[in-house]
Amino acid sequence: MTVEVAKHRELGLTDSELELIREKLGREPNDVELAMFSLLWSEHCAYKHSRKLLRRLPTEGERVVMGPGENAGAVDIGSGYAIAFKVESHNHPSAVEPFQGAATGVGGILRDVFALGARPIAILDSLRFGELDSVRSRHLLDGAVRGIGHYGNSIGVANVGGEIYFEAPYEHNCLVNAMCVGFAKQGEMVRAAAAGVGNAVVLMGASTGRDGIGGASVLASAELGEGDEAKRPTVQIGDPFEESKVLECCLELLEKGLLVSLQDLGAAGLTSSAGEMASAGGVGIDLDVARVPLREADMEPFEIMVSESQERMLGVVEPTRVTEVLAVCEKWQTGGAEIGAVTDTGRVRVLRGEEVVGEMPVEALVDGCPLYDLSPAEPEGWAYGNRRTLEEGASAEETLLALLASPSVASKRWAFEQYDSVVGSRTVRRPESADAAVLQIPEAGNAIAVSIDGNGRRVACDPYAGTIEAVLECAQNLACVGAKPLGLTNCLNFGNPEKPAPAWQLDRAVSGLADACNALGVPVVGGNVSLYNEGPEGPIYPTPVVGMVGELPDPAKACGSAFAKEGDAIALLGPFSPSLGGSELAKLRGELDTGLPQPDVAAVAAACATVRDAVRGGRLSSAHDISDGGLACALAECAIAGEIGCRVDVQPLRERGCSPEDALFGEGAGGFLLSGDREALESLGATTIGEVGGTTIEVAAGDRSFTVGVGTAESAWRSLDERVEADNA
Amino acid sequence: MRWGVLQFPGSCDERDALHACSLLGEARLVWHEERDLSGIDAAVVPGGFSYGDYLRAGAIARFSPAMEAVAEFAGAGGPVLGICNGFQVLCEAGLLPGALLLNESTRFTCRQLDLTEEASGHLVTPEGHQVTTRPLSIPAKHGEGRFWAPDDVLDALEANGQVAYRYAPGQNPNGSARDIAGVRNEAGNVVGLMPHPEHAVDPLTGSTDGLRVFEAVAAAGVPA
Amino acid sequence: MAKARVLIRPKEGILDPQGKAVERALPALGFEGIEHVRVGRMVELEAEDPARLAELCEKLLANPLIEDYEIERLDGAG
Repeated sequence: MTVEVAKHRELGLTDSELELIREKLGREPNDVELAMFSLLWSEHCAYKHSRKLLRRLPTEGERVVMGPGENAGAVDIGSGYAIAFKVESHNHPSAVEPFQGAATGVGGILRDVFALGARPIAILDSLRFGELDSVRSRHLLDGAVRGIGHYGNSIGVANVGGEIYFEAPYEHNCLVNAMCVGFAKQGEMVRAAAAGVGNAVVLMGASTGRDGIGGASVLASAELGEGDEAKRPTVQIGDPFEESKVLECCLELLEKGLLVSLQDLGAAGLTSSAGEMASAGGVGIDLDVARVPLREADMEPFEIMVSESQERMLGVVEPTRVTEVLAVCEKWQTGGAEIGAVTDTGRVRVLRGEEVVGEMPVEALVDGCPLYDLSPAEPEGWAYGNRRTLEEGASAEETLLALLASPSVASKRWAFEQYDSVVGSRTVRRPESADAAVLQIPEAGNAIAVSIDGNGRRVACDPYAGTIEAVLECAQNLACVGAKPLGLTNCLNFGNPEKPAPAWQLDRAVSGLADACNALGVPVVGGNVSLYNEGPEGPIYPTPVVGMVGELPDPAKACGSAFAKEGDAIALLGPFSPSLGGSELAKLRGELDTGLPQPDVAAVAAACATVRDAVRGGRLSSAHDISDGGLACALAECAIAGEIGCRVDVQPLRERGCSPEDALFGEGAGGFLLSGDREALESLGATTIGEVGGTTIEVAAGDRSFTVGVGTAESAWRSLDERVEADNA
Repeated sequence: MRWGVLQFPGSCDERDALHACSLLGEARLVWHEERDLSGIDAAVVPGGFSYGDYLRAGAIARFSPAMEAVAEFAGAGGPVLGICNGFQVLCEAGLLPGALLLNESTRFTCRQLDLTEEASGHLVTPEGHQVTTRPLSIPAKHGEGRFWAPDDVLDALEANGQVAYRYAPGQNPNGSARDIAGVRNEAGNVVGLMPHPEHAVDPLTGSTDGLRVFEAVAAAGVPA
Repeated sequence: MAKARVLIRPKEGILDPQGKAVERALPALGFEGIEHVRVGRMVELEAEDPARLAELCEKLLANPLIEDYEIERLDGAG
């Protein structure tokens, strides 16, 4: 016997949500309306399980130009210029089809940024896959990296940094988070709010097809499981050439002052763009689906309204300027069609020619979705697996080499060499040459630094402290190049919020994010939430990904992480008290457990300020934050990058109560590894631990002392290439 | 010196090339539909993915009005520099020998490399331009940069001094025949290379060695 | 309109890294004994004047220096 599932449930609406829609309409919704409601009331669009939590985040600051609610956030960098930025997830589409999923993830975040009138100048990405020994993980990694490269390279936006972690809980549900940074003249920026009753609504860019119908929105709101293959046709296909044309077209329109407002079409297509523009402007919108340029002639109105065809933008234009706007579209060989008008009805009306095929109050459609409270409960103990991969009794040297070769720690050159990091002539610090990417902004006479971070394993150990650490790591990365944070964006990747444990993780992580931002004085200017990230074995590690943008006055002074000079002193700075809990080594030993020390945010902030000022003053030869794999890995990274050795004694850390093992491989926030003139370092309050020189990394640490050649360390650190290419050997 | 930098829909590096040229003289963009190169002393066909490059890199751009003008300009001895996609376009247009195929790795590769500059053999060495023995540090970034030509053509290119740049030993990023990174036409006024000299004109972003490439091309042509 | 299919492939003797990549992947998937894999492209089109298809291939669809092409008429005509 087959049971017919009610249409609204198939579309992801609950019975009570349908009841609410009936109430708000005063009647039964028709198919067009039901499709539109189901998308805008999905988790992906309505944030119905996270919106209440997000109210905790600080969003204001004197440098904020645009905050949450716009297509992206933006901060003031002086001289009349602004930097726009945002990070967004494309996890579920990438898990189904990694190349197109990742490519269209990049396309989507680029549109969010140029929708503000900012020219995209940089892309960063934060990726998570299962362990590299799984064929599926290698397939997803290869596809996602190729996809990101394909889209970003083809459109000519530099990819300047990012991170990749490999952990078993991401095996079925990989994460693909992409961040875009754009540069704008403040006078040419535009908001998304529709305004001006009688103004025309113009659809620009690609034509509309059936691709992605039920794509991002539905995919992003349901758990993946068996039968993912069947979902393949709903993944959107990206066309970077079309995007490049519509990008140039929109920027030219804004430069000429021809647009009242602009919005990109992402998840839920026209439905969401038109609804959100009308809602933000407090107006209504009429759209005629008969005037939408189509790829396939026989599309139904609901299909046109929910299509997620890529590379489309929606603009509001004064009626007298429509001809000029369409001429610019023509010049760039991209589509342009007047498809509707701004009204004073407060309603979204969908027409097919003269016939009204759907009509809904904007308020009900966009803001009417009920917001849910979570029912969080702390899980008992370590809820994820952990398999020992490092031999018992491994020596300190063997341990270091195993850590350097661990894919999450190893060099990601294999990936970032597939990205164009130089286009645009702004990239002063390329990937893995410094802790943060540095981009010069000659127009404003300064530079910006950008970093993206989020160690899901440590967040799994303690969602509150782990999230604080992610924010602090970004701040430390920025300090290493001499930058002061201006603003932050985030992507919250979590499991099913209707289950108590992921709900607890989400709740604690948002509190950590809020507390860290408040303590550092860094506003959250935008972000994205991706929930229901689960595979058959359970949820992913809770993974808040933090992107931070800072400003520095002189890009020439930005420090690299490489040891630079024979005879330079090496010193530690900051409230660094490392331990093995939640560390890369604990993972390799199969000893993961819950709990992390609580970071002292104020002390880390003070250390960041000290390092920042020293870098700006040109007083350091190198600066690196101590992160995955601890001090020993940080030393190896500085030595490999500088092609020079070092001699170090970890005694000062032992005096802080660390065991030799903690000192070498322990992790925790707040540690800076600096090199330079001994007196200059000591005047900063840094603790000297050794000296740059030779061809070996020589570390005195009691019974865990070791010496390893820089070349040997480099071979281990560079081993990712062969492991990823294993299938092509 | 007045430089013209072509701009196609899908170009990526045209603004960077424009900036590099402006360090050496005046420079303007030439829209792909423009046919008029009057007032221009040297033309640059920049990098990117002209018209999306979906069929084959450079295959469509060669038919643009601006490229027809460049072909005439080159025929009259005007200096022309093709960079990356521009090199592909010049090969497709028959202005340079050979073809550029998918990298041996099948991957796009972005890397700072050393190039060696080669003299133009029996051709007149441009006045004021001495070939440097020091390698030039210039980034390459492409997915289809494997230079290929039949062996007899390669032999002829070498004999005629038409190999303009080679990847330093061990640094060939794409499997190019005989490590060739860039070639010139027989007359020496049309030069194409895969690496990006326009991204090596500022010490802050890595190197200033790219300026030599622009200077060499400027010196090689007979201004039309 | 005449329907046609144009098959374009790398010339014999020119390294085809895509073909090689496919070939290398096959044994792991349990496909033994497959060799000489060449990856090309296919263009389907409708032409008013099919007599000009060869010229179209020479000029645009293929690069005769590096690629061979074959024109296949789909409407039964020769």
